[in-house]
Amino acid sequence: MIRSLAAISVIGCIAATTPAAAERLVTSLSEHRVMVTSSFNGSEVVLFGGIEREGGNLPGRGNYDIAVTVVGPRQDIVTFRRERVLGIWVNYESRIFENAPSYLAVLSNRPLEAITGDETLRRLQLGLDNIALPQRSDSDPANGTPSGVFRQAFLKLNDERGLYRQEPNGVTFLTPALFQASIALPANVPTGTYEIDVKLFADAAMIARTTSALEIYKAGFEQFVTSSAQNHGTLYGLATSLMALLTGWFASVVFRRD
Amino acid sequence: MQIYLPIADLPVNVFLILGMGLAVGFISGMFGIGGGFLMTPLLIFLGVSPAVAVATVSSHIAASSCSGAISYWRRRTIDLPLAGLLLTGGIGGTFTGVWLFTLLRSIGQLDITIGLSYVLLLGVVGGLMVTESVRAIIRGRQGKPVELRRPGSHTWIHGLPLKLRFKRSRIYVSAIPVLGIGYIIGFVGAVMGIGGGFLLVPMLIYILRVPTVTVIGTSMVLTLVTMASATVMHATTNHLVDAVLALFLMVGGVIGAQFGARAGHRISGERLRLLLGLLVLAVGIRFGLDLTLPPENLFMLRPLESSQ
Repeated sequence: MIRSLAAISVIGCIAATTPAAAERLVTSLSEHRVMVTSSFNGSEVVLFGGIEREGGNLPGRGNYDIAVTVVGPRQDIVTFRRERVLGIWVNYESRIFENAPSYLAVLSNRPLEAITGDETLRRLQLGLDNIALPQRSDSDPANGTPSGVFRQAFLKLNDERGLYRQEPNGVTFLTPALFQASIALPANVPTGTYEIDVKLFADAAMIARTTSALEIYKAGFEQFVTSSAQNHGTLYGLATSLMALLTGWFASVVFRRD
Repeated sequence: MQIYLPIADLPVNVFLILGMGLAVGFISGMFGIGGGFLMTPLLIFLGVSPAVAVATVSSHIAASSCSGAISYWRRRTIDLPLAGLLLTGGIGGTFTGVWLFTLLRSIGQLDITIGLSYVLLLGVVGGLMVTESVRAIIRGRQGKPVELRRPGSHTWIHGLPLKLRFKRSRIYVSAIPVLGIGYIIGFVGAVMGIGGGFLLVPMLIYILRVPTVTVIGTSMVLTLVTMASATVMHATTNHLVDAVLALFLMVGGVIGAQFGARAGHRISGERLRLLLGLLVLAVGIRFGLDLTLPPENLFMLRPLESSQ
């Protein structure tokens, strides 16, 4: 176990952009796979992490900061803007957010702006304000609504559905070198593979980084129904119709009065 | 007790959807309609996407009209040849409807179309039903006999060729309007997620002059077959039928329908039509308000279908 964790942290070290740093990040999840079953009503996965310093003396520097970014499976998402046409609100203008994360959580131990400068946040695409969300428009975007408005609306709507969240106090330091973060997964969480990216900052600079993955999948009956509907549409439809006929027939037998 | 719906992708309370099934079933049994025009909006209100709601409700209506059709079959009040001819048109309409549904969904205008059709259709049908039944009630008060069927009053519809005789309904009418009505019902049903019973019954009575004895049973057979085939077509093309949701709705629906039918026998026909008309009108107005009042949110998200 310790050996495998060490192996992960070595990879983390290689991935780090500032190899001069002597810190290493070691992380682990309370669950690597989350099952969505018929009783699924949201879940929570806890990320534990430790900061190791070469030589073993801690803390060597000033304060450490941690930022965790969880990105759900990417998909194209259309955003419609409604406009009143002849007194009726219609979907007037649309933008397609290409490869947008279906779930996005940014957790840190204090506000991102306090951890590092705007320039670094932008470069690392850290935080909801800095994540890249490329848009595509089928119509001429020049005389339409500015992209920024769509972006804000996109972030706001996802926030309302609990799918995008930024928690400036989502990471808790248990000791100066040990931290934990709880990743809240709402009931409407999309299934697929989630990337978890943990960044370690010290004195406003990123000194280590490590990534891991989390899988959310439908299991059992839910999985069976979903895959049948997708892969055997006609058969699934026939089965559902048959179920309807049987239910109707059954009711007429049970409630027969003559 | 929460249950996660696999296709709608959201958890719902089992008792809530069972209760909705019961309530809508009661109304559908009472008026002899499928109740789709109530169930679809309710599901949308619950957070189910309109597309999944429409597709799933079709199987729910199939179940309730099946139990209804069986009891009418026992009473021998179904005109099978008439139902068969209506169906021929109905299947064509369902095909066109599912095709339009898929098209509108891909260009992002499905919600507005469903909303607009509800306002128009429910507003017109509800308004007509209310005025007609109020007139009938007033006539009844004044002691004049209520006549629905005026044998002498032939319209241009009775002048059309290809005339057929339907023995059980005792009508002699052209096949063209029968096919046309079937087509309209199938089409509207597939696009709006309604069985169309509340539309079909007045059409059969007023246009084809089908007597009230056979009208409901025949309409139920038509609803049953169009909705069962709409379920299969929606499942094949859009993969949006949620069988788990459908099962709970069905079970609640068929039970509610039995009690509703008993309650319906105690109310006179005109009053029943007035109540149904008011209900239809209310749902139509509700949709109208949704379309015209400024929405809470000017923006809306929708995941793009992965190209499969």
